[in-house]
Amino acid sequence: MSSADYKIKSYCHIRDGKVSKNGEVLFSDSSEEFSAFIKATYKHFETDYSKFFKMDNLSKLAFMGAEVLLRDTDEKNIALILSNRASSLDTDRKHQAAISKQSGAFASPAVFVYTLPNICMGEISIRHELYSENSFFIFAEFKPHLLSDYANDLLETEKANEVLCGWVDYDKGKYDAFLYVIAKKGLLPLDTGELTKLYRTK
Amino acid sequence: MSELKLELKEKIIEQLNLEDVSVDEIADNDPLFGEGLGLDSIDALELIVMLDKDYGIKLADPKEGRKIFESIDTMAAYIAANRSN
Repeated sequence: MSSADYKIKSYCHIRDGKVSKNGEVLFSDSSEEFSAFIKATYKHFETDYSKFFKMDNLSKLAFMGAEVLLRDTDEKNIALILSNRASSLDTDRKHQAAISKQSGAFASPAVFVYTLPNICMGEISIRHELYSENSFFIFAEFKPHLLSDYANDLLETEKANEVLCGWVDYDKGKYDAFLYVIAKKGLLPLDTGELTKLYRTK
Repeated sequence: MSELKLELKEKIIEQLNLEDVSVDEIADNDPLFGEGLGLDSIDALELIVMLDKDYGIKLADPKEGRKIFESIDTMAAYIAANRSN
């Protein structure tokens, strides 16, 4: 199968207080704070996973995006290729603040474990029992062609049957997630123009 | 001692982000790990930091935590006997 034959099986946006799948808004919430919005999202999708509340904001965002796309699939050989701009900076700052206190510095282990962006892929893998290859890239902006090249290689070499790709960015209360699943069958052709268009869809 | 137990329950719920768990739902002898509250290894580290930060107790050997953190009862007893603040 050539890379030109791979498809975008499904896609999800989480931004501006809305969660959508394949262009259809599934949930919206007027909460201004991300923490309230993502908690409402978790409740709306009846996600029964208490460890969600221990995650940092980046992981919560990625987790819910993956939840929307993977909750009804039986496929387990799904690789993960995610990217963002801010890395884990939001959590890094919290850790920095904790260890910089003049009056007694105590690092929080629960914060420290999230001071890497790829931890969010670990959370997704645990939730969906994925033992697949994964990579997280830090880019200045969404670069679908780079993610697609990597995804194509994983599919062509049969290291994965599907690949969850995308952009999941969180910093200082601002959030933006666009995740999509690449597979042999799907809704839309896999090409950079299509992905760029979908990413920019409001 | 009952005041300390209540304080511990409140701290555990807040610091370990136990969503939808209330103080009333934690019995003094409930196991904190495994079948009980379902805390994990990172939570155990948080509890060790909490002992140090809030009660001035430094655990020299983290393995000690296994017995100390069995339940609210065991935690409260250990803190009452060893606290420096």
